Amino acid sequence: MSKQIAFYVEQKHCMGCSACQIACKDKHNLPLGQNFRQIHAYEGGDFTISGNVVYQNTYAYWIPVSCNHCVDAPCIAVCPSKAIFKRQEDGLVLINEKSCIGCRRCFAVCPYQAPQFDAANGKMKKCDFCQDLLQQGTAPACVSACPMRVLGYGELSELQKKYGDTSWVKGLPNTAKIKPAWVLVPHRDAVDV
Amino acid sequence: MTDTTFQEETIIRTSGSHNCGGRCIVKAHVKDGRIVRITSDDERPDTDKRPQLRGCLRCRAYRSYLYHEDRLKYPMKRIGKRGEGLFERISWEEALDTIADHTKRIMAEYGPEAIYLSYATGNAGKTSEQVWMRRLLALYGGYLDYYGTYSSACTNAATPYTYGTVNSGSSREDWVNSKLIILMGFNPAATIHGTNTAYYLKKAKEAGAKIICIDPLYSDTAVALADQWIPIRPTTDSALLDAMAYVIITENLQDQVFLDTYCLGFDEDHMPEGIPAGNSYKSYILGTGTDQVPKTPAWAERSTGIPREIIIQLAREYALNKPGALIQGFGPQRHAYGEQPPRSGAALAAMTGNIGIKGGWASGCGSPCRKQYVGSIPINNPCKAAISMYMWPLAIQKGTELGKREGVRGVDKLSANIKLIFNLAGNCLINQHSDTNGTAELLGDENLAQFIVVSDHFLTSSAKFADILLPGDNFMEREDIVLPWSAGDYVLFMNKAVDTVYECRNGYDWIRDLAERLELTAEFTQGKTLEDWLRFIVDETRKENPGFPSYEEFKEKGVYDWEYEEPAIAFKEQIEDPRHHPFPTPSGKIEFFSSRLWELDKPAEVPAIPKYIPAWEGPEDPLRGTYPLQCIGHHTKRRVHSMFDNNDWMEEAEAQVFWISIYDAKKRGIKNGERVCIYNTRGKVILTAKVTPRIMPGVISIPQGGWWSPDKEGTDQRGCINTLTKYQPTPLAFANPQHTNLVEVAKLDQMEAEK
Repeated sequence: MSKQIAFYVEQKHCMGCSACQIACKDKHNLPLGQNFRQIHAYEGGDFTISGNVVYQNTYAYWIPVSCNHCVDAPCIAVCPSKAIFKRQEDGLVLINEKSCIGCRRCFAVCPYQAPQFDAANGKMKKCDFCQDLLQQGTAPACVSACPMRVLGYGELSELQKKYGDTSWVKGLPNTAKIKPAWVLVPHRDAVDV
Repeated sequence: MTDTTFQEETIIRTSGSHNCGGRCIVKAHVKDGRIVRITSDDERPDTDKRPQLRGCLRCRAYRSYLYHEDRLKYPMKRIGKRGEGLFERISWEEALDTIADHTKRIMAEYGPEAIYLSYATGNAGKTSEQVWMRRLLALYGGYLDYYGTYSSACTNAATPYTYGTVNSGSSREDWVNSKLIILMGFNPAATIHGTNTAYYLKKAKEAGAKIICIDPLYSDTAVALADQWIPIRPTTDSALLDAMAYVIITENLQDQVFLDTYCLGFDEDHMPEGIPAGNSYKSYILGTGTDQVPKTPAWAERSTGIPREIIIQLAREYALNKPGALIQGFGPQRHAYGEQPPRSGAALAAMTGNIGIKGGWASGCGSPCRKQYVGSIPINNPCKAAISMYMWPLAIQKGTELGKREGVRGVDKLSANIKLIFNLAGNCLINQHSDTNGTAELLGDENLAQFIVVSDHFLTSSAKFADILLPGDNFMEREDIVLPWSAGDYVLFMNKAVDTVYECRNGYDWIRDLAERLELTAEFTQGKTLEDWLRFIVDETRKENPGFPSYEEFKEKGVYDWEYEEPAIAFKEQIEDPRHHPFPTPSGKIEFFSSRLWELDKPAEVPAIPKYIPAWEGPEDPLRGTYPLQCIGHHTKRRVHSMFDNNDWMEEAEAQVFWISIYDAKKRGIKNGERVCIYNTRGKVILTAKVTPRIMPGVISIPQGGWWSPDKEGTDQRGCINTLTKYQPTPLAFANPQHTNLVEVAKLDQMEAEK
């Protein structure tokens, strides 16, 4: 089995603080409107009011989302200029900026809306797992930034062995076919019990 | 050839020095004189014993603040009306000459009690502008001081009436020993109440603790960590705690031995001499005392909105799952009778015997019981007068009428009204104070406050009220030493990362130049540079801490950790060996009943035992007929108080919107994302609605810290909650009741139609 680097997200304890989003933005010098990692918020439920008292069945949770370097990445298939490729040595999904024509089809097909259009040069950009930091042997910016230590990374199969193979929680689009390279430990409200 | 040489990236170790409950390691990556990236504690091992001090989004987004185009660049003088925000560039010489002239004149004419340094926390470093101005004015004859803080004045004032100290907090590392953790208005996910506080809660949860959040909001902490969210109406925390006490007493679940051994005033058998019968805490709870109202869960559900069965469940769980930690945040004490909840919480901690033990928590203020000594710049203010930090508007209007009954300390009566205000790195002059419209009117009268000096990074709402406005440096541009204010056994050195831009200056530099104009240079500086003073602080620190590193080593490492074998447990000695370690109260006991409060003789507002006192503009105020919604102002991740309101990265991370429940929004036909008007008799705010199930019906919340931005008609366009808050000091602490407001919310077309 080929190598596949992956993110680990202990989603149940994510407090939605955005430290990962900002650390990523700062690291990659991203302008407003572009974020390689974002916090997606989900909430629901309702109140019942009975006289003076309030009953709630509120739920809420966050999912910190970036490119998940899918095993069968749909962005690669739709890219007309073959700018997006999967690197064999570590499974990273990367964009060859020279070939990118900025058509945004990758954005449209990505369940996470991970690829970001850079208006400055008309190209797509996205999470590259902070390859430069990985080469230096340190964690991606988002992972080392997390104040709750809910983000991690490693070889997909090893993360799955350790934490299970959940890669989907309620609110996310169906990603069974594309096999995103992340392992989630879900929030209690993000799964059916 | 140019003399520009290509620079490798260098990494400078520093820390934020704004008023944040966290204090983290910040590393500035500098290239060619500019910061190109900010990282945090990612090299030191991240261990259980010493978790990394990881910065949050605020400091990580600092580049977008540091290089903001709106940065104040030059000294300026006001050319329009006060508050209008019209200024003209002047030289530092002119600015300092003007400040010196007014200082001399006002000191000569009115004396030191007319000179006030307003509460300002934008720079919380050991050598901030505040510190230097205090030092200079103290040498020049003195200044009117303040006590208390806008964050925690009520609990700071009240907790000592129970425990004799505010330091009722154990180390957070001890939470892993708790079976149950109840967070009351405590949201460390957003209010960084000590670096890693939310992380310590996560560890406690992993160790098996059940976590219950009591909060009008389903807070970020609750989402990430709580097993149960109990929404509560603001200002009613003491009603809930009273009813819990009722359940515990009537079901005989209290730790009677603990109460008999360590406490005063729990029941009629343990009262101070000379107090009439019926005044004990137990008599109040059971309704056998003066008011004859049993504080039953049914009684409490009317005010709190919490169903009685949930109150019963909560009381039983807390009483039966020992050790348990009832942790109180500061939100519940920033209201009309905010002195009560801290003492009500401490009463529950005592009844359950959760004080002085591992896994327990004494409640009340919760400042850390373990503190380390770090040296300070010497300031010897010859003026002994001090007011509560919230009383300055009254001291401007009628200072000479204020005395001890109004909380004046050090003198019987003030001898002057405030005439000169230094507001250095702060936004409490208007934005973070109450009633912006009323305060603006007061500050607009130049016969009252005759001269106002402001130093800041941006033209904030407060800066607009300056007569002289000075551009300050920021934490990337200076050296300093900083401590965490709420928790953490460490101290940090801030190394300078980049040069100060334009004509921005460090506080020590310009206040030294002001000292020269007051002919106090030698006394003020003692011949020292800023670095000499930092060395002085380290030397003083080393005298008390033998293991403390040299200045050079501390500066290079950027951090010093005090290491301990065990977490500190508040009041451990008092509980284990009461004979030799009395509580620092007059009786030496935990005082349910305070004779000191009894003697104040204001039982309706300052009872001797903690009580639920229905708040004006609380849920039981008849004014709800007109203004049916309670409005609070929660802290958000995107600002430290009002700082970073203008940072675009933060707006992207979390836009400034107010929270309204799906229930109340539906009633009014308000949609998520719609701009609507929030109003009461004091003001109007136009703001976007977040329609959400995360706030209880009957309550809205405007995230505090938005910069007050009145349009021509005075309607605030940014969402400064203080446009709607009332200026009314609390009865004991003379503090800010920020979360005590009744408002109505209406669609904009409806407001238009009513005109």
